[in-house]
Amino acid sequence: MSFFLQFMIDVLSLGGAYALMALGLVIVYGILRLVNFAYGELIMVAGYTMYLTSGSGLPWLVMAAVAVLMAMLAGIATDYVAFRPVRAKSVTAVLITSFAFSTLLQNAALLFISPRPRNVPLPEIFSETVQFAGVITPARNLITIATAVVMLALFSWLMRRTVLGIAMRAAATNFTMARMLGVPANLVISSAFAISGLLAGVVSMLWIGRIGAVVPGIGLEPLLIAFIATVIGGMRSLQGAVLGGFLLAFMDTTLNFTLPQDLLKFRDAFTFSLVILILLWRPQGLIKGPASGQRT
Amino acid sequence: MVKNLTTIAILSGLILVMVGVTNLLGVRLFDRIAINLCIALVLVLGLQVFMGNSGILSFAHIGFMGIGAYTTAVLTIPIRMKGMSLPDLYPIVAGIELSPYVAILLGGLVAAAVAAAVSYPLMRLSDAAAVITSFALLVVLHTVMTHWSEVTNGPRTLFGLPRATDLNLAAGAAILAVVAAVAFKESRTGLLLRSSRDDEVAAGAMGAHIPRLRWQAFILSALFAGIGGALWGHFITSFSPKAFFLKETFVILGMLVIGGANTVTGAVFGAIIVTVTFESLRALEAGINQAKIFSEQVVGLTEIVLALAMIAVLVLRPGGLFATHEIGALIRRRVRKKKDG
Repeated sequence: MSFFLQFMIDVLSLGGAYALMALGLVIVYGILRLVNFAYGELIMVAGYTMYLTSGSGLPWLVMAAVAVLMAMLAGIATDYVAFRPVRAKSVTAVLITSFAFSTLLQNAALLFISPRPRNVPLPEIFSETVQFAGVITPARNLITIATAVVMLALFSWLMRRTVLGIAMRAAATNFTMARMLGVPANLVISSAFAISGLLAGVVSMLWIGRIGAVVPGIGLEPLLIAFIATVIGGMRSLQGAVLGGFLLAFMDTTLNFTLPQDLLKFRDAFTFSLVILILLWRPQGLIKGPASGQRT
Repeated sequence: MVKNLTTIAILSGLILVMVGVTNLLGVRLFDRIAINLCIALVLVLGLQVFMGNSGILSFAHIGFMGIGAYTTAVLTIPIRMKGMSLPDLYPIVAGIELSPYVAILLGGLVAAAVAAAVSYPLMRLSDAAAVITSFALLVVLHTVMTHWSEVTNGPRTLFGLPRATDLNLAAGAAILAVVAAVAFKESRTGLLLRSSRDDEVAAGAMGAHIPRLRWQAFILSALFAGIGGALWGHFITSFSPKAFFLKETFVILGMLVIGGANTVTGAVFGAIIVTVTFESLRALEAGINQAKIFSEQVVGLTEIVLALAMIAVLVLRPGGLFATHEIGALIRRRVRKKKDG
């Protein structure tokens, strides 16, 4: 029983973080049908903001809020630099500009801060452990689960109940029609990027809470995780992204428990092969999104 | 036909002039840059064969470069060195020591064979799905290279390759790559593939078997990448799997995008421009670091400039410097205009 509980906490806390990562990627993809390769760097921006403000003596929550805000601003900057100028031209062009923007941010961090890891301040509670019902678990796992629940609830309220959310869903379903009915395209897209940055910022706090330091390449792993999760769940569906995140966490945790040690190092190769197989079987992912209209 | 020959003549002429000048100058630094440029040409032209003609972005290219490099490494490291550089190598291949020239070819063939085996199903996908799977393929190849210690020495540096790539060999390979890329572009397969790039539905309706066409281009592109990787391996003589990942993908992609992915001319000019800029920036970086102007080492400047250049080119000239016409066609048109006018 306690093993089962332990396993569930592992899956849920990992899955919560994965689901938030995937949501941030898919909210942009859903509207623009363009992959944002610079998504991982939003997480890096939040991390470095934490590092830079660490000397200021502010309470941790204020620093975290500033970091999340910076990630949102970086998200909007991605839109202006990498997406807006080439959005209407070709899919390949946008993929390459966002890849270039990602490299730009990463190397700016290398050049202006340092290639070496930098410590990020964390509140005490992140390193404590909690014991209940015969299970010992780091408190940050429970924090991650709670944050994920709150964020997902907030997100679904935003998408279902607010004008902005409805406009975004309309734009994701049929962009041209939404524009004809008066939905301002640039505003919707910029808000999608801002929300993507918000999710990335929150994920960054949870992710760095595991590692405790930030390096210029920190965004790669979350980006890959978000890729896999969205592809498994469905590139065009928000529910699919969440489902994909939890499924991926379930798979990773199970593989961690079952794979022999010398195969475990190939785990990424296994999961990515799985992505390729799923895309072949269901190019749309497990949950099919709304029928797609014309882009831009 | 004549315009294609003009293109080939101009582009190979450019490479030959570069070789000639480098030999005349006899400066070792220029020699190194010229060899790097020729190897980059082979790689970029390989990417152009697939990306330019099919219109699909592929991230996996550098992975196949890695396969070529490791294949030739396993086949050419001298037998008495193998105990040190690859202690866990399988006994079947441990006793083999081939001439580097044969092994370079084999490196290309192995890369092409791997591409043929894994890529056919992927060729059914278009747009974002195709890009993400090619990204996934790069990660799979990189993970395997990093952890297959028996063959690649794991994440550690693999050393002991004989130094076989000189300027003449690299330039020869680059010229062959130019000829092959132009020939493929103008072949029946290339023409059909380009039609599918411009309008996938119409080309499919006319009876073009799009997955098979893309597959053929992908195999040829992996062959180039494998040979390029093997040449690079025999030039640099020691490397680790880190050399075949995102940073290098970015550079090769940058060369192709800045020059223009749809034309062979674009690939060649992009490679030349980026290599020259890169080397000067790197020299600047090294200069700054040596003069100790800043307290910490300056790194990443080169990539920042390349990234800005890529974004600028895509915003201002989405097709790159040579978007649609090869240099041969451009020159012939100008000549004809002069005659008429």
